[in-house]
Amino acid sequence: MSVLILAEHDGHTLKQATYRAVTAAQHWQLPVHVLVAGHTTAAIAQEAAAIQGVAQVIQVDAAVLAHPLAEDIADLLVRAGGDHTVILAAHTAFGKNVLPRVAALLDVAMLSDVVTIVGPKTYVRPIYAGSIYATVESIDALQVLTIRASSFAAASVSPGNAAPIVMMDVSTTTAHVRWLGQVHNVSERPELASARVVVSGGRSLGSAEKFQVVLAPLAEKLDAALGATRAAVDAGFAPNDIQVGQTGTVVAPELYIAVGISGAVQHTAGMKDSKVIVAINHDADAAIFQVSDYYLVADLFETVPALTEALG
Amino acid sequence: MKILVAVKRVVDYNVKVRLKPDGSDVDIAGAKMGINPFDENAIEEALRLKERGHVSEVVAVTLGMAACQDVLRHALAMGADRAILVETDVLLQPLGIARLLKAVVEREQPDLIILGKQAIDDDAGQTGQMLAALLGVGQGTFISAVDVHEGEVHVTREVDGGTETLALRLPAVVTADLRLNEPRYVKLPNLMMAKKKPIQTYQAVDFGIDASPHLKQLTVANPPTRKPGIKLDSVQELVEKLRTEKKVIG
Ligand SMILES: Cc1cc2nc3c(=O)[nH]c(=O)nc-3n(C[C@H](O)[C@H](O)[C@H](O)COP(=O)(O)OP(=O)(O)OC[C@H]3O[C@@H](n4cnc5c(N)ncnc54)[C@H](O)[C@@H]3O)c2cc1C
Ligand SMILES: Nc1ncnc2c1ncn2[C@@H]1O[C@H](COP(=O)(O)O)[C@@H](O)[C@H]1O
Repeated sequence: MSVLILAEHDGHTLKQATYRAVTAAQHWQLPVHVLVAGHTTAAIAQEAAAIQGVAQVIQVDAAVLAHPLAEDIADLLVRAGGDHTVILAAHTAFGKNVLPRVAALLDVAMLSDVVTIVGPKTYVRPIYAGSIYATVESIDALQVLTIRASSFAAASVSPGNAAPIVMMDVSTTTAHVRWLGQVHNVSERPELASARVVVSGGRSLGSAEKFQVVLAPLAEKLDAALGATRAAVDAGFAPNDIQVGQTGTVVAPELYIAVGISGAVQHTAGMKDSKVIVAINHDADAAIFQVSDYYLVADLFETVPALTEALG
Repeated sequence: MKILVAVKRVVDYNVKVRLKPDGSDVDIAGAKMGINPFDENAIEEALRLKERGHVSEVVAVTLGMAACQDVLRHALAMGADRAILVETDVLLQPLGIARLLKAVVEREQPDLIILGKQAIDDDAGQTGQMLAALLGVGQGTFISAVDVHEGEVHVTREVDGGTETLALRLPAVVTADLRLNEPRYVKLPNLMMAKKKPIQTYQAVDFGIDASPHLKQLTVANPPTRKPGIKLDSVQELVEKLRTEKKVIG
């Protein structure tokens, strides 16, 4: 009886989402195990072992895991998952790719994007682009779920905590899939999912160049991550991995500044849990104002530089 | 090469879904329905691969009530060669859907199976990965590009921080992201013609597969709402509020 968390890392350190998954895992009041899979993961395993509330780290280290494939990670979770009551990951591109595969291999249902854990088998999760929250109960003995990271606080690190680290082997790897390559969008800004402040822009920015020229100085001043609407991404103004919303990343920073964004539900689904929301739009009836704390009915091309300036 | 595309009938994305008064479920009676947007991308990609000469047949499949025929008509009107309805009135969830789709795959023997990355009603994003697991094949999720090679496809996946490219040995399951393509517009004459095409119908019960739900929906509710926003008149006022009232900036 324990909870198994699939850790997510970038090859050097754990993603903040994993710390949040550890908090979610405490709801079962069972020992929490963390699976760290990758290549040269010793430091990451140690990092996981120091998180408050972690009872054991399962470390899997192999060159073939340098670029982990869903097929291989799912097999590891199934093998490691033997006596676990819960298998859990954050609802990130990585978690979303792997966990449904695990659930099907183990013949159980899965819960995606859980925002509240109500009981050991009962959860609240958004449906219809977050416009409805459903409370759902699972009948399975084993629970497989992804949690919305922004709905849980990050677990803290306690240098005194040093959970035991056990090693696990990779037995076989998939013959169906080969990793060919990756493209990293380089950005000087903090990671979108965990940034304290997010500055997002919409289609109204008009071009990739203006998206940067107008928004980047403000983001820099606030040490903010940049976000975008799907319309801005589709128009090629911003890379797709910074899309905020139902089908992009869900964020809940301390401060979210929506610049020239209409406020479609598909967008607000991804930001309306932010602590403070500011919107700038020249349409006095813009829907985004309904989810904002403060708004300015104004032209963004004048207002954003003025705001950047006013911040000193 | 043969492609199977799974399409789902969902409430149109512009509809504001309401709750039943007793809070037991959503009330979608009379709501405008249509093909799940990602599934339209899936069909489009299958058709483009056919137009490029890689594919001989595109088959669309849906699972659900008889009314789900309309999304198959849509797929046929776009250019799919055949359509299959696996009919059931039973509530379906991703695991059950994946099990039924597996049975369809075993009958049809497609080389590539394309699903949407996510249904916009349940927002689960599970079925493709589950189907790949049950079939014991490779998966390429959230794809924004696909290329056909000898015995495999190369896919570009949208992941946090960028993209990833994988080679998947066929048969394989992939799930479409919105940026995979821009679906073609369905012309009225094509829709009329599609109405005349036959739809192959199976009864789900005849598959002898347990597709019963594992998840019980207890209640539905509106999410917490925010207080209406305050309109400010100047940038200075905004900075002041953020600094002294909310203390979110230094
Ligand atoms: C299946 C599906 C999934 C989707 N998923 C997402 C998602 O995850 N995220 C997402 O964001 N969208 C998503 N969308 C798209 C969504 O429905 C909207 O189309 C999109 O969010 C609109 O983006 P926008 O606000 O940039 O553009 P628009 O709706 O065009 O709004 C532009 C706004 O800018 C304002 N404006 C224009 N010029 C100025 C100016 N000079 N100064 C100030 N204001 C100005 C206008 O008043 C307007 O309100 C999805 C859609 C579908 C169908
Ligand atoms: N009832 C269904 N019939 C056919 N395909 C479906 C059905 N439900 C889901 N799918 C497919 O699975 C994808 C993901 O759905 P989901 O896992 O529910 O988010 C959809 O985009 C469809 O391609």
